[in-house]
Order: sequence, then C-alpha cells, then structure tokens
Amino acid sequence: MFSFEPGSFLFEIWVARNGLLAGLAATARLSALTIALGSLIGLLGGIGLTYGPWPLRILLRAYVDAVRGIPVLVLILFSYYGLALLGIQISPFTAGVVALGGFCGAHMSETVRGAIESLPAGQAEAGKAIGLTFWQRLRYVLLPQAIRRLLPPWVNTAVEMVKGTTLLSIIGVVELLLATQQTIARNYLVLQFYFAAGALYVLFNFAISQLGALIERRTAHFHY
Amino acid sequence: MTYQFNFDVIFRNFDKMLDGLWLGLWLAALSLAIGVVIGLLVAYARQSRLAGLRWAVWTYVEFIRNCPILLLIFFVYFGLPELGIFFLGKIESFILTLSIYAGAYLSEVFRAGLASMPARYVEAAKAVGLRPVQRQVYVILPVMFRITLPSLSNNLISLFKDTSLAAAIAIPELTFVTRQINANTFRVMESWLTASALYLVTCYAIAWLLRRVERRYAVIR
Repeated sequence: MFSFEPGSFLFEIWVARNGLLAGLAATARLSALTIALGSLIGLLGGIGLTYGPWPLRILLRAYVDAVRGIPVLVLILFSYYGLALLGIQISPFTAGVVALGGFCGAHMSETVRGAIESLPAGQAEAGKAIGLTFWQRLRYVLLPQAIRRLLPPWVNTAVEMVKGTTLLSIIGVVELLLATQQTIARNYLVLQFYFAAGALYVLFNFAISQLGALIERRTAHFHY
Repeated sequence: MTYQFNFDVIFRNFDKMLDGLWLGLWLAALSLAIGVVIGLLVAYARQSRLAGLRWAVWTYVEFIRNCPILLLIFFVYFGLPELGIFFLGKIESFILTLSIYAGAYLSEVFRAGLASMPARYVEAAKAVGLRPVQRQVYVILPVMFRITLPSLSNNLISLFKDTSLAAAIAIPELTFVTRQINANTFRVMESWLTASALYLVTCYAIAWLLRRVERRYAVIR
C-alpha cells in the first residue's frame, strides 16, 4: 500500500501532481466564477421577480422556470454548441461558465425572491413610514434581513455548483474530473484515482458547508 | 442572425428522441424505487443505538451528497469491474449509481419526515395496543410517506433531470440521442431546442401529476 514503486498509487499521483493540481485550480476558478455570476443574476433576478413591472416579471419567470426544468447537461451542451453558431468564438470554459452561471442564477433568483417575500410586510411598511426610498428600503431594511434567510440555501446551491463543474468535463474543460480521467488513462489505477478525486470534492464541499454553518452561527444573534 | 431553421431532421428522428425520453423516465423511476428502500434503511439506521452504525451511515450520506454524481457514475461504471464485478451493464450500473445517490438524499427527507411526525400518532398507536413493528408499518410509515410526498416528487423530478448524465456513459437516453443528431446533422438549434422542450414539458407534467397526488393524500394535521 505504501510502496513508491512505479505503478503504485503514491508514485503515480506524484507523477501526475501537476495535472491534477491544475485541474483542481480550474475547478476552483470555475466554481468561484459561476457562483459569483449566479449570485449577481440571482440578486437582480430575485428583486425583479418581487418588485419588477409585470413585463419584466413575466420574462424573469419564464427564464427561471425554463432553466429549472431543463437538465444542466443539456444547458451546457446547448450553450457550447449554440453560442458558437452566433458567430461568437467561444471556448468550452466560457460556454460552461455561461451555462452554469445561468443555471445558478435561476435557482438563486427563486431563493432571493422567497427570502424577500418571507419577510413580514411590516418591515417594508415601516421603511416607507420613515420616508425611505425604494432602494434605501432594500439596502437598509429588507436585504440585510433577507440575507440571513438566504444563507442556508445559498450554501446548498454553492455546493451544487462545485459538483456541477464536473459536467464541463464532457465538453472538454480540463477541470479536476477530466484531469483525473487523463491520469487514469495513463496508469489504469481506476479505483484509486476516482476515489482520490471524489475525496477532494467531498473535502472541498464539506469545507463550504461548514463555513456556511459557521457564518450562520456567528450571525445568529441578528434577530430582527 | 441568418440561421435558417429546419426541423426536418428532428421530425425524422423524433421517435428516437421519444424513446430516449422514455428510457430516462424508466431510469429515474427505478432509481427512485431502489433509493426509497435505501433511504428508509438509512433513516432508521441513523436512529440506531449503535454508534458505529450511526457513524457509518452518516459517512455514506455526507460522502454521497458532497460528491459529484458524474464522478460516482464513472466510479461505479469503470471501477467496479476492477473489483471483479463484471455482470453490470451500462444501464444496470447507472441505475445502481443513481439509486445510491438518491438513497442518500432520500434518507435526509425521511429523517426529517420521521422527526416531524406528530407525537399523537405514536401515542394513539400505542393506545390501541400496536406492537413496535406494527406501529411502524401501519401508522408511522404511511403518515411519514404522506408528509414527505412533496419532497419525494421534487426528488423524482431532479432524478429525472440527472438521467441526462447517463449520456456520459453512452446510454441512449434523450441527451445522448440529441447529441448524436446534433453531431450527424449540425442542426444545433433545432436539436437542442427540441430536447429542452421535451425535458421541460416532461418535468412540468410530472410536477403537475404529483401535485394532484399530493393534494389527494395531504396529511390533515
């Protein structure tokens, strides 16, 4: 088990370390980009779904409901093959970020809408009563409270997105899963390398969940 | 945009796409059925008095829930033969993976269902003299299934969407078929729009059907 002969797991993982670390870095970069893009879309989309004029609400509703009813893989393949048609020179990386970010955004929009709507109506009314404008109410009254309710589903979505980046291996983005597969293609240590990659993902996601839980505990005293 | 839509190839291949869709539905339904059994066992194991068992199933649930499903699919499909398990075909191995995956998620659903069981149901069952096993089979499980029905239907829908990943190991379900049509004919927009529409319609049809079932069996608390 702990031998360092050529063909042993430890030797092979040492040989493949650069590729695997590059894959891990790509996974981290992809996850960060999609979660950031998704959160931005989600924040704007959620506000739009709650307070927007009806044409905007219908558009956003169509976007959110359509994206939530289509498998992510189909979105990724669609964006990969489809965006190229529009004459955009697009790399698999960008196509993947667009698809995953759009997917994440739809889920986040729904979460943000739910969080804002779950606030007691008295909060918005009190804001109005002291003469705050709409954006001031959002900025100082509603969003700070909504964010606390948002945190647990936000962390869940973040974990889903980290897991979702593996689907980009199908369109050829060399992230951790594809880097692992390339390594396996060289040394045939199927079980060991898949297990190692899986353990890395679990560690990564577990860290995110624990961080979320920590922030939640730290902010638990904010009772409005 | 100068793209000319031409749905001819889609019409010619539409029966293949429908076959793929049907296969996906089957994969999801079978995995849900096996997943429910796994989920129930795990939910009960987490209430066990044996700390080792509790810890083991906790590890299973956390590992599976934090691991990408695509990686699990590859692990089972390419890895099990290494362990000398050769009798699983593509479809069996995919169903196995999806069931294990669903089991972890469903165990959490059932755990919440068991935890939210109103105490008066258990008390009533005790009062009419049911033994512990009878209490579980005749009272707690039926009520728990009715409480968790909304989560179960959400899980079925997301499992159905996850069957698209079977394309990665060349199971001819809708995504795989669409990708083939796309590669053979270059009708990019038509093929993916049709696939998306089929998935959307199916998801909302399942959701609509299950909402009706839920209303029919809602627990009056």
